[in-house]
Amino acid sequence: MIDFEYEAPTTLENATELLASHAGKTAILAGGTDILVQLREGHRSVDLVVDVKNIPDLNTLNWSSETGLTLGASVACSRIFADPDVQQAYPAIVDSAQIIGGWQIQSRASIGGNLCNASPAADTIPGLMVHQAQCVIHGSRGARTIPVQDMCTGPGLNALQDDELLVELRLPAPAAQSSSAYERFIPRNEMDIAVAGAASWVQLDESKTQIVAARIALGAVAPTPVAAQEAADWLVGKPAVEDSFAQAGELAKQVASPISDMRGTKQYRVHLASVLTKRTLQRAAERAAS
Amino acid sequence: MANKRLVTTTINGEVFEFLCRPQQSLLEILRDELRLTGAKEGCNNGNCGACTVLLNGAPVNSCLVLAVEVDGAELQTVEGIACSGELHPLQQCFLEGAALQCGICTPGFLVAAKALLDENPAATEQEIRFTLAGNLCRCTGYDKIVRAIQAAGAQMQTATP
Amino acid sequence: MVEKTEYKVIGTRPIRHDGADKVTGRAIYTDDFQLPGMLHGKIVRSPFPHARIKSIDTSAAEQYPGVFAVVTAADFPNLTDKIANLGEGAVNLVHLASNVLAHKKALYKGHAVAAVAANSSHVAEAAAALIKVEYEQLPSVTSIAEAMRDDAPLLHENLVTDSPLGENSDKPSNVATHLHFEKGDVAQGFAEADLIVEREFQTATVHQGYIEPHVSVALWNEDQRVKIWTATQGSFTCRQQTAELLQIPVSQVTVTPCEIGGGFGGKIAVYLEPVAAMLSRKSGRPVKLIMERDAIFEASGPTPGSSMRVKIGARQDGRLVAAEAWLAYDAGAFPGGVIGPGCMCVFSCYDLEHAVVDGYDVLNNKPKTQAYRAPGATQAAFACESVVDEIAETLKMDPIELRLLNAAKEGTRRVDGPVYPRIGQVETLQAAQASEHYNAPLDGQNRGRGIASGFWFNCGLKSSAAANVNDDGTVTLIEGSTDIGGTRASLAMQLAETLGITAEEVHPQVADTDSIGYTDVTGGSRVTFATGLATYEVGLDIQNQMCQRASVLWDCNPEDVQVSNGTYSCNGHSLSFKELAARLPETGDPVVGRASVSPDCSTNGFCTNIVDVEVDPETGKVTILRFTVVQDVGRAIHPSYVEGQMQGGAVQGIGWALNEEYFYDGSDCMKNASFLDYRMPTLFDVPMIDTIIVEVPNPDHPYGVRGVGEPPIVAPPAAVANAIRAAAGVRMTQLPMSPPVLWNAMQNQSRSVSD
Repeated sequence: MIDFEYEAPTTLENATELLASHAGKTAILAGGTDILVQLREGHRSVDLVVDVKNIPDLNTLNWSSETGLTLGASVACSRIFADPDVQQAYPAIVDSAQIIGGWQIQSRASIGGNLCNASPAADTIPGLMVHQAQCVIHGSRGARTIPVQDMCTGPGLNALQDDELLVELRLPAPAAQSSSAYERFIPRNEMDIAVAGAASWVQLDESKTQIVAARIALGAVAPTPVAAQEAADWLVGKPAVEDSFAQAGELAKQVASPISDMRGTKQYRVHLASVLTKRTLQRAAERAAS
Repeated sequence: MANKRLVTTTINGEVFEFLCRPQQSLLEILRDELRLTGAKEGCNNGNCGACTVLLNGAPVNSCLVLAVEVDGAELQTVEGIACSGELHPLQQCFLEGAALQCGICTPGFLVAAKALLDENPAATEQEIRFTLAGNLCRCTGYDKIVRAIQAAGAQMQTATP
Repeated sequence: MVEKTEYKVIGTRPIRHDGADKVTGRAIYTDDFQLPGMLHGKIVRSPFPHARIKSIDTSAAEQYPGVFAVVTAADFPNLTDKIANLGEGAVNLVHLASNVLAHKKALYKGHAVAAVAANSSHVAEAAAALIKVEYEQLPSVTSIAEAMRDDAPLLHENLVTDSPLGENSDKPSNVATHLHFEKGDVAQGFAEADLIVEREFQTATVHQGYIEPHVSVALWNEDQRVKIWTATQGSFTCRQQTAELLQIPVSQVTVTPCEIGGGFGGKIAVYLEPVAAMLSRKSGRPVKLIMERDAIFEASGPTPGSSMRVKIGARQDGRLVAAEAWLAYDAGAFPGGVIGPGCMCVFSCYDLEHAVVDGYDVLNNKPKTQAYRAPGATQAAFACESVVDEIAETLKMDPIELRLLNAAKEGTRRVDGPVYPRIGQVETLQAAQASEHYNAPLDGQNRGRGIASGFWFNCGLKSSAAANVNDDGTVTLIEGSTDIGGTRASLAMQLAETLGITAEEVHPQVADTDSIGYTDVTGGSRVTFATGLATYEVGLDIQNQMCQRASVLWDCNPEDVQVSNGTYSCNGHSLSFKELAARLPETGDPVVGRASVSPDCSTNGFCTNIVDVEVDPETGKVTILRFTVVQDVGRAIHPSYVEGQMQGGAVQGIGWALNEEYFYDGSDCMKNASFLDYRMPTLFDVPMIDTIIVEVPNPDHPYGVRGVGEPPIVAPPAAVANAIRAAAGVRMTQLPMSPPVLWNAMQNQSRSVSD
């Protein structure tokens, strides 16, 4: 393991000072399940590891039916998926948080970290996208907020400046008769990186048979997670039946531009994108109806 | 090279102090400094669970925790599972059920399974399989491990007053 | 053989003697072991799959603070081409030395080139990065087909094919060996066939996947004795290999086998011990070396990928009349792969009048291949059992019936020569046929059932054992077979049965190379059989001595002392083993039993699998619904551990079938050297594994024991492939049958159906 210094600031100001003073040679440590692997494998060169788990602002988990969810960036997945409000309002988030690695990983890994790590295959990002999450970022020049789909700028690259850290995610309260789902395809049943992933959000009408709004986001099939806008728009006004979902899947896969690598070929991933879109739309609709 | 830090932590109810550099993992310190060699190194990158310990009650891969992070924390390792010279029902069930062959994955399984059964002694086969997917075993094919955990859970349920 | 209607100990399920240590974290595996002043080593490895090593500059590393020694191949003695017999086969020592630390060429990515010892693993890592190796890259090859071509890049410029037919023997080649076995006249046989099926198969390289890394601690003492603590399946072979590579007498080397975290054939060849020893010699301190997980994948001994063609002819009535196999296996960087056993096993479940097998050991820029539980047999069975399944399907014959009709039996001669003694393939098939699983309906879409059979010889080889009788009636058993699966318990049970005492009254110890007589590796499924045989003979030796001591007490002839179920009697006197043990001090010398054996036989293990699968047609993912292992074990000494071997082998086979493989990129480097992307089954990927123990006692063992550890891994990939055929209508001919591959095959199938 490379040599580095370690600090565990307890305030945002302290954290941004540390980040600013080491000019890009820092790593932010929340759960550590990605970053420590990267440091150990020599993929990153850092002088200082800044542990942000002791900053109260990053540990919040607050929900209200008016304002929605405030999720601190270092809150562990295991705390997130156990929360009854999150389970009720953001099932896609729960779906993804429960399958990132095994229990040992989920006890530490955070959604904020999963987002900032910006793997194209990140499990939580499609769900954050369909729930229209906003990222609250803090730096030496103050705070700013960006939509979650702007956070990932390329494989392993995020929109944070050297002196910035992600503080929290804000998810609006979901509309009535709406729900979501996330599903990924992996060769085993656990412990794999997604070959393809899809999150869907669906809002039904009062009769619960017709779709009034939808959002779809795909993971692992492009350099960053990507929204399938055309497919989502097409669903508006369509009946909430399998045929609609299948057709939406065919539309959604058109935004997929995956690579072929050892986890899957391009052709296979595109196909999976349509299958997973169909399946998550189905599940989201079932949840919205119940 | 970064200076060593003093860390104070509670392990299996006992207070420990140690010096470590930031680059050292909790697994490394447990094994090499504190000589608690129950947690094992299998892969050093969080994919096999052989290094599982409980950190403030939650199972974690100690290879992916920096030793400096556990200052003020409470840890439980396999060495703390048996109580006052008596094996815990899980340990006993593992032995009676032949749920180990080479034994290298066993400490990790015991720590994770105990955390599961403490929360949910009635865990079903599917719940056990899903929850412990982060613990790899190459010898047993898992069958007897799952059965031993179920048997221990049953015992723990009848034992609770 | 000891005929007993009812054993007292054999067949029971006592708690293993090392149990408490293993469940409390107290058991000492090699990485748990430390010595005062111990240094940590780190190995520098080639980033290129094939390169000439032009120079190695270790000066910066040597001067790095905290570094105590650096070694390269130059520090080791020159060896001439010497072949050593290391118990499971012959090994060329120059090749072994070159694999441990590269001589003039790096032959695979990850090939060890130099090593550093420092006062912490982090310092060693930093110093190792300062070692400058100058490489001249060479063209490389990892595919079998390409490596066999005349114009392929050569790994060893002077190596020519060793062929029994005398062909191609002058031109250097990557084909190290060509084996040929023949029986009868296949042309005549095929001429009689009503149906001939011929298929080609490919399987990928797979790794044994033991959770414990390779790790060794060495101390080169001031008295020039070398002490080694290591994770090994054979402390004596480790001693011999290390002594040979260091060119010191074996008597100067002591190997202590620590508890071992899995081996499966991959911890027999040495990698670290000689390097650790040399670092210790140069530094004057003990040195620990541990392989990182990616180095384990890239630079230990995975088992071969293969390219195969099998052709079998059958008559309309199901009788197989002729069979032909062409098998090419990876050797990796050095010759001596497992093509031999592959050729011997390919048709081993069948009684065939006409057969021919050609096998090729193919060098390529992959790590030198090693055994993985029944080495070479799984690949061959995948091919043969798939073709047999296709024949059964075409003839509309039940697959078990077809196998019964053609089953190898006592008196069947295998294509490679040996004639089977009493074996249990028929009984195993019958048990499978009668099983609840085989007769249970399988309902639902996209579901199918498959069966396959597998065979492994299981060897004998040499074992020694000794035992001391204690005053309290307990017995301490000393044996030299490292315990990778619970064998010390099964040995204790055999001794207990022989003496008429309980398993708990025997205390087994696995000893180091100074403390017990020569013992061959724990491998080849031989320990319960061969070391068990030695243990049995120790029991007889002790019994004789006990009879003699009783005769002293009772003033009679030793020959007149009867012993039955551990009770000694003569002329109305009677003492139990325990009572007699208490009286031993008054009768003479301590009672110490000894025995050594070298049974020259196979115990012949047959295993049939039944598997139900469900295929997701949208993704190609396979779910194993139900799996049953039916195996002839001769006699199950400890049924729980026998079941464990069957279940463990089955799940390894499932991984081999569905997801495990080495991915190579265009630059011939392994891409997935981690447990993340080398996908072994987790708990969540498999169901309970049912077992049916069949006992056709082995006449060559007093308790009827046959080896059990290896046969279970042979049939699963074929059984799963046959089930996939039933479920999805596609006949898979490559391993692994991973989702994208299966999905693709299903797409091609439906496309060609609709064309």
